[in-house]
Amino acid sequence: MARKPPEPVQIVKQRRDAALSALVGGVPYIRYLGIEFERHGDELTAVLPFDEKLIGNPFLPALHGGVTAAFLETAAIITLSWSYLWEDIESGKLDPETLTRGELPRLPKTIDFTVDYLRSGLPRDAYARARVTRSGRRYASVQAEAWQDNRDRPIAQATAHFLMPRQPA
Amino acid sequence: MTADKATIARQFIEIIPHAKALGMKVSAIEDGVAEIVMPYDDCLIGDPKTGVIHGGAVSTLMDTCSGAAVMSHPDSPAGTATINLRIDYMRAATPGQAITAHAECYHITRNVAFIRAKAFDEDRENPVATAAGAFTVEGK
Repeated sequence: MARKPPEPVQIVKQRRDAALSALVGGVPYIRYLGIEFERHGDELTAVLPFDEKLIGNPFLPALHGGVTAAFLETAAIITLSWSYLWEDIESGKLDPETLTRGELPRLPKTIDFTVDYLRSGLPRDAYARARVTRSGRRYASVQAEAWQDNRDRPIAQATAHFLMPRQPA
Repeated sequence: MTADKATIARQFIEIIPHAKALGMKVSAIEDGVAEIVMPYDDCLIGDPKTGVIHGGAVSTLMDTCSGAAVMSHPDSPAGTATINLRIDYMRAATPGQAITAHAECYHITRNVAFIRAKAFDEDRENPVATAAGAFTVEGK
């Protein structure tokens, strides 16, 4: 029995990157904050490039705590949506071109979001990664962590619960 | 004394670059209670299909309003910073409507201030979100 030859790497990358940029680029608030996503395989890292308008305390100066929370929430919801859509992206069931046209599938909704501030956010780029700790048919739990210069010195951590979109029967 | 504190807190909130960028206006502030309004804007949209604003923008408003409530408390010496904040999202905010946050610092010790907050759109009966959190009490 002949095995299907592996897909050319450019095709795989193009499909995944197109799906990710459609998922992220379609949301005005993510664009407004300037959040970008880097992808290694299925692992996502959210990047928040520093900007003056993100400052919350002009005397320190420090990032606005709300910005840090919004950044973590975005990392959590995109990571959850990404893992939820991954199989459909890989099988080709979800066409990146439909996504790019703004026809996004229904995304998870935040039920609650808890953020702990561990260190003051400095006026420089921030990074975040999220982990889906439980993903059920109706509910999902996600943890997220943000850091700046040192991965081992997180500036904030969050835990969130989401309501999953209804699956077509 | 308290009026001065409210003025200082109001001025502080209104020079925060990110609060300014989102068009936040302090509509009431006194003795540990604050109210801040954030107008609807297309750049806050989290769901492009419906125009519903992103939860993160509501979080930012709640955090700012809670900080203002702490700063205006008679027992708060000066500044504050968020230790933690939990937000529960009740429903989607109606697109096109401003969001108003109402925060109350209901208990304060030498080191910690405790807050509760609610966010509404034009429907004042059904909150869009509620929040609870702890803030630091910074000495002078």
